[in-house]
Amino acid sequence: MTVSNQIDDSNQKKDTNRRFLLYAIVVFVALLYIGRLFYIQVIDDSYKLDATNNSRRYEVQHPARGLIYDRNGKLIVANEAAYDLMVVTGQIKNLDTLALLSIINVSKEIFVAELRKAQKNRYRPYPIIRQISAETYARLQEQLFNFPGFYVQTRTVRNYPYHCGALALGYISEVGKDEIAADPYYEQGDYIGKIGIEKRYESYLRGVKGGKYYQVDVKGRVKGSLEDGKYDKTVTLGKNITTTLDIDLQQYGEKLMQNKKGSIVAIDPKTGEILAIVSSPTFDPNSMVGRLVSENYNKLVRDPLKPLYNRPIQGVYPPGSTFKTVNALIGLQEGIVTQNTMYGCQAGYYSGGLHVGCHNHVSPINLIESIKMSCNAYYCNEFRAIIDASKFGSAREGFLTWQSYIKSFGLGKPLGIDLPSEKSGNIPRAESYDKTYGKNRWNSLTIVSLAIGQGEITETPLQMANIAATIANKGYYYTPHLVKEIDDTVFDKSFIQRHDLPIAKNYFDIVTEGMYQVVNGGSGATAWWLAIKGLDICGKTGTAQNPHGEDHSMFMAFAPRNNPKIAIAVCVENGGFGATLAAPMATLMIEKYLTDTITNAWREQQVLEKSITYKN
Amino acid sequence: MERQEVSIFRRIDWQIVLIYLFLVIAGWVNIYSAVYDESMSSILDTSQKYGKQFIWILAAFFIAISILIIDSKLYFSLSYFFYGVVLVLLVAVYLFAPEIKGARSWVDLGWVRFQPSEFAKLTTSLVIARFLGENGVKITRFSDAFRVFIIMILPIALIVLQGDAGSALVFLSFFFVFYREGMPLSMLLIGFGLILVFSLSIVWGSDVISIVSIAVGLLVFYGMFGFQKKQKFSFWVLLLVTLVFVVPIGTYYYLKLEIPTIIVFLFCFAILLVPASVYVYKKKRRYSLLLLFGLCLGSVLVSQSVGYVFTNVLEEHQQKRINVLFGLESDPRGSEFNVIQSKIAIGSGDLTGKGFLSGTQTKNDFVPEQSTDFIFCTIGEEWGFLGSVFIIGLFVWLIIRIMHDAEKQRTEFSRIYGYCVACILFFHFTINIGMTIGLMPVIGIPLPFFSYGGSSLWGFTILLFIFVKLDACRGEKIQ
Repeated sequence: MTVSNQIDDSNQKKDTNRRFLLYAIVVFVALLYIGRLFYIQVIDDSYKLDATNNSRRYEVQHPARGLIYDRNGKLIVANEAAYDLMVVTGQIKNLDTLALLSIINVSKEIFVAELRKAQKNRYRPYPIIRQISAETYARLQEQLFNFPGFYVQTRTVRNYPYHCGALALGYISEVGKDEIAADPYYEQGDYIGKIGIEKRYESYLRGVKGGKYYQVDVKGRVKGSLEDGKYDKTVTLGKNITTTLDIDLQQYGEKLMQNKKGSIVAIDPKTGEILAIVSSPTFDPNSMVGRLVSENYNKLVRDPLKPLYNRPIQGVYPPGSTFKTVNALIGLQEGIVTQNTMYGCQAGYYSGGLHVGCHNHVSPINLIESIKMSCNAYYCNEFRAIIDASKFGSAREGFLTWQSYIKSFGLGKPLGIDLPSEKSGNIPRAESYDKTYGKNRWNSLTIVSLAIGQGEITETPLQMANIAATIANKGYYYTPHLVKEIDDTVFDKSFIQRHDLPIAKNYFDIVTEGMYQVVNGGSGATAWWLAIKGLDICGKTGTAQNPHGEDHSMFMAFAPRNNPKIAIAVCVENGGFGATLAAPMATLMIEKYLTDTITNAWREQQVLEKSITYKN
Repeated sequence: MERQEVSIFRRIDWQIVLIYLFLVIAGWVNIYSAVYDESMSSILDTSQKYGKQFIWILAAFFIAISILIIDSKLYFSLSYFFYGVVLVLLVAVYLFAPEIKGARSWVDLGWVRFQPSEFAKLTTSLVIARFLGENGVKITRFSDAFRVFIIMILPIALIVLQGDAGSALVFLSFFFVFYREGMPLSMLLIGFGLILVFSLSIVWGSDVISIVSIAVGLLVFYGMFGFQKKQKFSFWVLLLVTLVFVVPIGTYYYLKLEIPTIIVFLFCFAILLVPASVYVYKKKRRYSLLLLFGLCLGSVLVSQSVGYVFTNVLEEHQQKRINVLFGLESDPRGSEFNVIQSKIAIGSGDLTGKGFLSGTQTKNDFVPEQSTDFIFCTIGEEWGFLGSVFIIGLFVWLIIRIMHDAEKQRTEFSRIYGYCVACILFFHFTINIGMTIGLMPVIGIPLPFFSYGGSSLWGFTILLFIFVKLDACRGEKIQ
């Protein structure tokens, strides 16, 4: 009896222990959960914030991008409505794909592929079909209620009514990952200026995105604004920009340049305002808008003639004979030559076994005639006289003095135009001559090709036009630029500075006379047949030797002689002599700009019909 | 006769019944709130979930009263019959039922749909209670334990075959019952230990956990034998045993051998096995030593098998859910979405909640399955911390009350059945609320009495009220 009782007791005790362990487990789990609930409900506030984000919707509002005008107030970059078909896959119900496809006229494969992409995020709107036409939009709108989850978002896209100036104006396209990483302003699907003015003035043109908060109900339907729009961000419209371009001149320049590779840069010398900046071959900027963008872009990238290469600011060429004007000015300022200094020329320059050829002309000639006839021998003599002048003590010192003048013309560094990716060109450095020939082992004869703008020196067409503007101004230039005004904005014009050259004004008069003679000097002048009565065009031809093929045809000019209104540089790759192609183009541009008429129709015709075949 | 039936209603445990009534009605109100939309009319609208739930609640009350009236001997005597019927239904469902949400677990009779797996818990509980309650049956005896295992594994296997692994896991709760009925505590601890080793191996990697297991094993070994004064060679023995592990594992990592690590670990144990067993054979504490050896080996095997089990046995969504729980994988739009949204809903409730019908998260469809598996979000959001604690408190009260009543039973059948009920409720409670607050993986099992759905409500009602009836009739002889 007692024994069995004891067993019962110990069993009872054991059972009680087991019972209480089970109670303890239950209570432990409950306390653990209560602790966790206390943490997420009472202590941690982050969930409350998430909850408010969940039940409200933020809708971004995109401002219209700023418009772009030319110098005469013509609208050259406009906005146009575009319609994107958007989808929120989480809201799709009973989708009748075939019915939808028959309205929007898109192949099933594309639609299904895009829909799959859209499904990666069930709650974020995704542009499933971009830029549907206005007619499709109209048809779709009547039917849209049949397709829950789909809606149309209106957006503005760019339109270029003049179909020109692609590289100067630039284009916009969707931001890439790098751009989003670089600037948190941008979000997937935003547009950004990729090149040209669109890129350089992006921050003005884009405006500031705004947004509205909405309260969202059970089905994600908008119930109203959140606290009367207290948290809404207002949209700031993009600012309109007035450029310095004369769009008619730009268009005309591109027309003249058709079927040729090259550049035209026209500047208003008094202000540095760029009137036209032509790069050829080019493309219609409207091709960078619409559904075929990526196809068109790939075509441009693959084109062997490189239409995306902005030749006026990125192409570098030897200046050729146009550079003789610069050497003349340096010689005059340094007192090495005067207006009356004569040098002889027997169809070229001969020294120490070196021969620089020249064409047949009277001899000897003075400085003005040397420009008029573009005499190579004259400049070889004159350049060597500068470098070897006894006052400098050595050829190296002479060269350095010469180099400092070259730099004052804006060569060897980017001029600072308000376009992205400007190249600097090249001016030779004494150190590199030291390296090539040995220190003190080189002299004026070693580098004599600089006399006629050949050798190590290169410049962009923009820099050449700037030299023309400098001579037109008789000793100063303003940094060339493309933007004249931004609406309601005093923008930083620091890049438009007056640069004065260390060369006296009267020496420019002498060179100007020479350049006047080039066109208006009659017999012996390199471009005599281009004279246009009353325009007083002053110019200088150039033929840049090209080791890879036909020489580049160059011409720089300004007009009229007194009170110049336009300075211009033309460069036609493989165009031969400067006088044959570049010069007539320049005079046509000048005539077009100054008088808005063309008196010599056959010359225009000749230029237009000239087509150069490029081997690659 | 009449007097007896009246007296049943006097003898039932009203605490349990009142908590039940409160939970069922609170569940209904919360389902209404979860689905609520201003455009919807009455809470009794039967085209809506809350309207349907109302009908099911009425039916559940009818069922509950019927159970209280029916002779309690029935549940004992027909337990095997019920068990058999449910097994047949499970087979039938597997063979003929349509697939809903990846599982073939619904019986659709046209006018009513239900999940037999919700009733399998009930019938298995009855059979386990009956079997373990028989005179002379002991869970500690191997042959009896094996029979219990068979009783459990049949419904588990069929439910897993249906693709409803979550419901199958619920059967693990019977281990608490076995513990109460005499299963050694060590078995329970080993069970938890295996879950721990498995989980940690997922988090830190199999090899780390294997090495840690061996290290812990060695430390325990030192503790058992290292400081015995009489052991003259103890130092050398300890050193040798340590080297048996350190040398091969060190060589493996030093030479970066390209063989599966499990071979290295097994090699160590194999070297140790023969001398150790000879040595241990004479010692007093040989069982402890063998147990240590076995545990250590088991732990290594489990941790080493994690990779295989994880990738080959578990399905992709299950792997994801486990990874998400341990923070190894972030998938805010996919499998993590439910948990994130659920935590946001509950977390935004603050101390007192947003108030009835004022929750923004649960109502606005941000929380999926908000009226079924994630119904606790509605409580957390609208009733806040206080409301949540109140509900948790009620569940704890109910579970402990059932265990408490079970202890008072005069028959083992009633007691064991009572524990089955309590442990099943506890398991559902732990998993369901745990997953909504991110402490448990997402396993789709309902919150008892609360979640929307007829099968679940009826299943739990029958489960609970059979116990209430048994408890009320504990003075009668039922066997």
